Amino acid sequence: MATTDEPVAQQHDVEPVNRRDKQQPLYAARKKIHPKRAEGTFRRFKWLVMAVTLGIYYITPWIRWDRGDFAPDQAVLIDLVNRRFYFFFIEIWPQEFYYVAGMLVMAGIGLFLVTSSVGRAWCGYTCPQTVWVDLFLVIERAVEGERNKRIKLDKEPWSASKIGKRTLKHAIWVLIALSTGGAWIFYFADAPQLAMNFISGEAPGVAYSTVAVLAFTTYTLGGLMREQVCTYMCPWPRIQGAMLDEHSLTVTYNNWRGEPRSRHQKRSQEEGKPIGDCVDCNACVAVCPMGIDIRDGQQLECITCALCIDACDAVMDKVGHERGLISYATLSDYNSNMRMALNEETGRIEPERVRDSDRKLSSAVKHTTIKSVFRPRTLAYFSVWALIGLAMSYHVATRGRLDLNILHDRNPLFVTLSNGDVRNGYTVKVLNMMPEPRTVRVSLSGVPGAVMSLPESSDDPTDVLYLDVEPDKLRNQRIFVRANPAEMPDATMELTFTVQDIFGSERAEYETRFETGGL
Amino acid sequence: MSDIKDNVDQVTGVETTGHVWDGIAELNNPLPRWWLWIFYACIAFSLGYVIYYPAIPLINESTKGVSEFSTRANVEKDLQAVAEANSGLVARIASTDVADIANDSELLRFAIAGGSSAYKVYCSQCHGSGAQGAKAQGYPNLNDDAWLWGGTIDAIYTTIAHGVRYEQDEDTRVSEMPAFGRDGILTGDEIKALANYVRSLSSLEHDPELAASAATLFADNCAACHGEDGKGIADVGAPNLSDAVWHYGSEAAQITAQIRNPKHGVMPAWLDRLGDVNVKQLAVYIHSLGGGE
Repeated sequence: MATTDEPVAQQHDVEPVNRRDKQQPLYAARKKIHPKRAEGTFRRFKWLVMAVTLGIYYITPWIRWDRGDFAPDQAVLIDLVNRRFYFFFIEIWPQEFYYVAGMLVMAGIGLFLVTSSVGRAWCGYTCPQTVWVDLFLVIERAVEGERNKRIKLDKEPWSASKIGKRTLKHAIWVLIALSTGGAWIFYFADAPQLAMNFISGEAPGVAYSTVAVLAFTTYTLGGLMREQVCTYMCPWPRIQGAMLDEHSLTVTYNNWRGEPRSRHQKRSQEEGKPIGDCVDCNACVAVCPMGIDIRDGQQLECITCALCIDACDAVMDKVGHERGLISYATLSDYNSNMRMALNEETGRIEPERVRDSDRKLSSAVKHTTIKSVFRPRTLAYFSVWALIGLAMSYHVATRGRLDLNILHDRNPLFVTLSNGDVRNGYTVKVLNMMPEPRTVRVSLSGVPGAVMSLPESSDDPTDVLYLDVEPDKLRNQRIFVRANPAEMPDATMELTFTVQDIFGSERAEYETRFETGGL
Repeated sequence: MSDIKDNVDQVTGVETTGHVWDGIAELNNPLPRWWLWIFYACIAFSLGYVIYYPAIPLINESTKGVSEFSTRANVEKDLQAVAEANSGLVARIASTDVADIANDSELLRFAIAGGSSAYKVYCSQCHGSGAQGAKAQGYPNLNDDAWLWGGTIDAIYTTIAHGVRYEQDEDTRVSEMPAFGRDGILTGDEIKALANYVRSLSSLEHDPELAASAATLFADNCAACHGEDGKGIADVGAPNLSDAVWHYGSEAAQITAQIRNPKHGVMPAWLDRLGDVNVKQLAVYIHSLGGGE
């Protein structure tokens, strides 16, 4: 019966890097991981996510957005020199940084929301570390071949062909790393101009050093360190334990139908032994970019990239079992199925308990569906997240683009003039936050007979002033206000400055004081 | 204790260092790799640092390093760069008439900034950091529109350049009000009546009879300098007596004291010390404080 001795699926000679009985000490050299290429739904989804995220990252700075003659036409621009942040139709001044703080709060709650509903989806699909490692692996695979070829190449002595392959791989990696760092700087300056300057060597030194630093980190973290970044450097695997609950989706090995695993299913069947669905082919370990064995249960190394699901589903199709031996499942569904499969007397899993007479999975087996995502906790996170988003959108839509700040002179508080009038000095800051020149009308209220003059002007004082404010600029203007103290009831009067856009309806007010010097 | 190598921890099988505290032995594990690499990287970095920067202390100084880096030299370089960057503006101020500086907004801004900083160093001790003056000591307020020696920019320039009653400067501004009481020119009653007359000029509370009786006294003794209407004459440094600004105070007693035995302030001349450009900047700055004519 030679045929029954054959394993039912192709075996992979692979050992997880973190096996408990062979735990590596920190001072041991890292075991290099050679992930096999997976094929399937999740792999396709990951390609898509990779294309979208990398596309956003590389293309965004090149998108143009017309803001008129007085503002840059780059859609997304962090203008550190002029302290402005442009995002399509939104322009943020430094004092409006609370919008960024609000975005950070939303990002934080969004991470809670995503983690509590779909587990570590951030880690598995969108984290830059994951995306770039994936990209670097594509190159490695293209240059050095599939997993077995790469392992062989590693063991080979140095030869011209090995040197050639290694050089080519690292050269492409360095190119990717450079372009990663290169794309970053375009967010901080006019992209086409900076690109020309960068090539001709006229860009500022900080541009070159930023590219160098980011290229170095991309190459080291994405190319050389890979899974070690997630396992040893990143805090998120530690925090996720606090975020996940029994209803969160995690990549789960369903040992309630997989155990006892058997490589020689037919022989075991003939011998009358209980057999689970797992054919122990190690395909799930071979494709894992973290080099772990998902069948050991949830572990902090697992980034839930779901490639083991793809690998296992392919094997299940081949051997004729239902898909989903490894699947996205919640702990509560898993526990329920496990209770069904476990023989409490022997403490063993008996796979026939979850199967009907026709060997199909019993209808009592719980399959995790998308419904697990909708539950009070995730809805609460979503509500808070959405509320902050709505509040911020409303605030952005209705915010003022004309502002006024005033500093009253403190030294001297007031000056008595020869005709008995009292003069107070103010530093008036008119903020024109629109990318177009504006003229504002400055007027006063609260102090009877108060008139204004500009220190640089010899015109007679008037009760109304007109100031031109440059586009998207702050005008810092000294204004003298004088009035006759004889008409004032108090030594300190409330004085209100009002600026009004003469061509628009926008206005801003600032309440300050007028000191008369009386008692 | 003869051979520490024999000390091997039973549980982990790892050699110990032989150090034991309260029965807890210290394992002699090797350093984690990441730590070791950072350690090597630090050594490599420090070698480069010692070569590039001043690092090793010697008896009188330290090694200079390839870069010869020095914060003191950097400051000097920065200051020199600022001076060079401003040299064009400085030259233009030097060649521009002080009254014309205001016509060029760039020059005006530079002059005001320079004047403001020079003011803090040389002037604020007497005139106050806000140029508000000090009435008790007779240091005038520079913000208001009452000027002893004139408030045009040229007049201000001359006052700063040559000072007031400053004997070392030949062109200094000089005026002296007679001590009518001390020298016996007027009697006490006459001085009291004059004080009432002076207060009447700016509509302050006064005795009308006494004031009226002093009209002739004023015309005979005071009008020569202060003018017939008491509005003062800036050319001779005689203050306006009819306005609301009082150099030494507006109380009857203060006015009486000033007639009897007047105080005279002194201000140093600054042209020789600061040079023409700085004095021009100061004049422009003072003129910009709000009272310039």
